[in-house]
Amino acid sequence: MTKYWSELTKGIVRENPLLVLLLGLCPSLAVTTSVQNGIGMGLAATFVLVCSNVVISMIRNIIPPKVRIPAFIVVIASFVTIVDLVLHAYMYDLWKSLGLFIPLIVVNCIILGRAEAFASRNSVFLSFLDGIGMGLGFTFALILLSSIREILGNGSFAGIKLFGESFEPAVLMILPPGAFITLGFIVAGVNKLNSRKKKEGE
Amino acid sequence: MTNLILIVIGAVLVNNFVLSRFLGICPFLGVSKKVETATGMGMAVIFVMTLASMITWVVQYTLLEPFNLDYLKTITFILVIAALVQLVEMTVQKIAPPLYEALGIYLPLITTNCAVLGAALINIQEKYSFLEATVFGFASAIGFTLAIVIFAGLRERIELCEVPESMKGVPIAFITAGILALAFLGFAGLVK
Repeated sequence: MTKYWSELTKGIVRENPLLVLLLGLCPSLAVTTSVQNGIGMGLAATFVLVCSNVVISMIRNIIPPKVRIPAFIVVIASFVTIVDLVLHAYMYDLWKSLGLFIPLIVVNCIILGRAEAFASRNSVFLSFLDGIGMGLGFTFALILLSSIREILGNGSFAGIKLFGESFEPAVLMILPPGAFITLGFIVAGVNKLNSRKKKEGE
Repeated sequence: MTNLILIVIGAVLVNNFVLSRFLGICPFLGVSKKVETATGMGMAVIFVMTLASMITWVVQYTLLEPFNLDYLKTITFILVIAALVQLVEMTVQKIAPPLYEALGIYLPLITTNCAVLGAALINIQEKYSFLEATVFGFASAIGFTLAIVIFAGLRERIELCEVPESMKGVPIAFITAGILALAFLGFAGLVK
């Protein structure tokens, strides 16, 4: 039981894909201008991650090792196409604001990374838990990043205005440079926490 | 002709792939510790991205559109790019061993570089003609190279500076990239 639990939770904090492993940077920086976009991107990636993990883990013994990477990519690309079409049909606004970055989930290093490092070696159920954990960790990191950017850059949270009329938002934060700078400070914070934990451990 | 020049300026400076569109961030951070490796990566990207733009354009307008298979775009393009990278790797190894030595390890990495797939998709989205698509792919790759080489130069200098303990490595690199992006923001409005 504890084994399952640790597979599920490792992605959320200890091995957070974005903040600790630094994977999946492109979509994280590009779509986090508002909290809705961050959540949308996170959930879309989680869906693809869970499905591809399960399928890859199911067929892991059939794929010849030499062609495994192209095989993984085809599986992932199929699920990305599903997400793309579903969002286009039912959530047009989100589809429009995520734009190019939905098809680009294919080349998101998190998904291929988990397929290669985890799903191709573990049972279906463990891969499923790993996918959910990693996906939630990614979503959580995107929410953190996008909340900071939206609150400072637009004075709102998930579209709700937080401050009075006199608040002058720092537009820089929702422009590209703000993304780099915010993520830099978050990663520095995570490093600080980790080094403090290590010291306590000693 | 003006059209093409505008595409070049737009792709290199105004909507720089790395600093404003956020494509290809992984290699941008991963191989930018030294100017030489950054240049090598840049050259490999220029080579593959120009070819990929041309081939995906042909695939889109001769195969996918006539047969109404537009929804297969993502899958097809990523496979074309993966195959192309493999092919380029083998050809370069055979024809130009010195070039292979130089690009060697960077070539396989390009498959998962989202800039290549990104450029292919933007070409289709913007409905570029074949010539425009080729120029756009080439110019975007130049923009990528420009950004990564400047960034590698900055990082080499930062190595010598005193940086607070928890900011060392990646965090300071992000903040540097932020400031670099801020500088490139100065080009905004140059091309509509």
